[in-house]
Amino acid sequence: MALLSVEGVTRRFGGIVAVDDVSLDVGEGEIVGLIGPNGAGKTTVFNLITRLYRPESGEIAFAGESLLRTPPHGVVRRGIARTFQNVELFGSMTVLEHVLMGRHARRGRRARKILGYVGVAAHAHRLARELPYGLQKRVELARALASGPRLLLLDEPAGGLNHEEVEELGGLIRRLRDDFELTVLLVEHHMGLVMGAAERVHVLDFGRRIASGTPAEVQNDPAVIEAYLGTTNG
Amino acid sequence: MRRALGIGAWLLTVAAGLGVFLVLPHLVSDFHSRDLARAGVFFIAIVGLNLLTGYTGQISLGHGALMAIGGYTTAALVVHEHWRDVWTIPLAGIAAGIVGFIIGIPALRLSGLYLALATFGFAVAIPSLLKKFSGLTGGTQGLRFLESAPLQVTGLTGKVTIFGHTMTQNHFLYYLTWSIGIVGFALAWLIVRGRLGRVFRSVRDSEIAAVSSGVNLAATKTLAFALSGVYAGVAGALLAIQDEIVNPLTYTFLLSILVLVGAVVGGLGSLPGLVLGALFVQYLPKISTHVSGRSGVRDFVYGAAIIVVMILLPTGAGGFLRRVARPLTTWLYTRP
Repeated sequence: MALLSVEGVTRRFGGIVAVDDVSLDVGEGEIVGLIGPNGAGKTTVFNLITRLYRPESGEIAFAGESLLRTPPHGVVRRGIARTFQNVELFGSMTVLEHVLMGRHARRGRRARKILGYVGVAAHAHRLARELPYGLQKRVELARALASGPRLLLLDEPAGGLNHEEVEELGGLIRRLRDDFELTVLLVEHHMGLVMGAAERVHVLDFGRRIASGTPAEVQNDPAVIEAYLGTTNG
Repeated sequence: MRRALGIGAWLLTVAAGLGVFLVLPHLVSDFHSRDLARAGVFFIAIVGLNLLTGYTGQISLGHGALMAIGGYTTAALVVHEHWRDVWTIPLAGIAAGIVGFIIGIPALRLSGLYLALATFGFAVAIPSLLKKFSGLTGGTQGLRFLESAPLQVTGLTGKVTIFGHTMTQNHFLYYLTWSIGIVGFALAWLIVRGRLGRVFRSVRDSEIAAVSSGVNLAATKTLAFALSGVYAGVAGALLAIQDEIVNPLTYTFLLSILVLVGAVVGGLGSLPGLVLGALFVQYLPKISTHVSGRSGVRDFVYGAAIIVVMILLPTGAGGFLRRVARPLTTWLYTRP
């Protein structure tokens, strides 16, 4: 049975249908990619799963129970943690304090261990905002891991990173999954990362799911090539 | 070694602060102690407002009204129920805390300037409400302790004896106010340094990240309003006890603005500068009057002083203190 299942979920903003009758699933222990061109509705799906938005119809279930009755602040307690596309850090807090905030609702591993794991232990007492962008993303990841999640949602983890950092990231995501016994759903623009790290991929276009399968299958899907890969030179 | 020095410097600062607190009234005239006691009232209200506005990021222009709740609770208990004045203080804090909690509910839907205006509306409405329920509040006249319940006023004879120690009523009011102020300050410091303070700041810094970390925004904001209300209520109670009267004119919206000015001058989001914020609010009008008794000139000096302070100290006295102390703290807390 899937750890996360989204079934027939729709969400509109004014006249625009951001997410249109989308269904997708993520199995326990999987690394699943969610891809699609800009404006395809990927981040909206994340915000629906984390209850920041309310779906107009459809069902979202986590570990066999509906998520729709969980308040937004209760999602992390259910075992779902996330990062943000444009890095949402606490401006007044040090790196260590971010991890302590991660442990606010649910205790995962010890703060120091997590800082060491993601490689920001040396900066524990610096303000997170003052770090280079790549490290800020690590801090966000550390905060998410500190809550001891079962499902980790990564919103464009490669965004703004340089080539080497992206190379590292793929390995890190796989190691995270193994070491923390996680399930990972990642939204990503960077095709190399998704194709390398993800075991399965869901493709969105204009708010609809147009394909699902292994990276190799999806890459050869004519609908995907037309909607996405064809326009970005794959 | 450096850690020991750091703790030593910290203890020295606390000891110096307590020393000044104890000695100060003996260095100035007896009458002047009353002004200092009044500054203590502002101090308590400012510390409370700073928990809300400085740390949780919720602007309130309604704290004068919360002080009114505290002041009128004290006055009603003294005049109608014949409670001893000082024993009403906890109840005044609780009453204003409850009202603060209620004001916090609309704050869940409003933020920034909109919240400021909503709380401002509360500050404007309260004096009229006080006039309306005249049976309880004494209407426009207010409630006078000395006429209605003189025996409940501590220090009626001009002398107060505590633990076998006799002092003037003005000294008593000074020590009462600032003792409570110091305890309130210490509690605020513990809150700010701890887990709850971190949760408050998370709401101020990024609501979306706070929610995703499991912070209940509604509970946190209303808690901050309630807590802040307790401080305002205690401050209002002390103001009533010092004045021995409550009256709608004391609690106009101007009082709300003064408390906010004090918090901004003292430094939002930091605590040590707040004493300076309180002294600023208390003494600036007196200094302005000293420059010229003519009201136009006085108001000009007053307004100009606020502008100058905000230009020179955009982060308030707290930010200035932090900047001055930074070389020292960096040296103390950096591993060699």
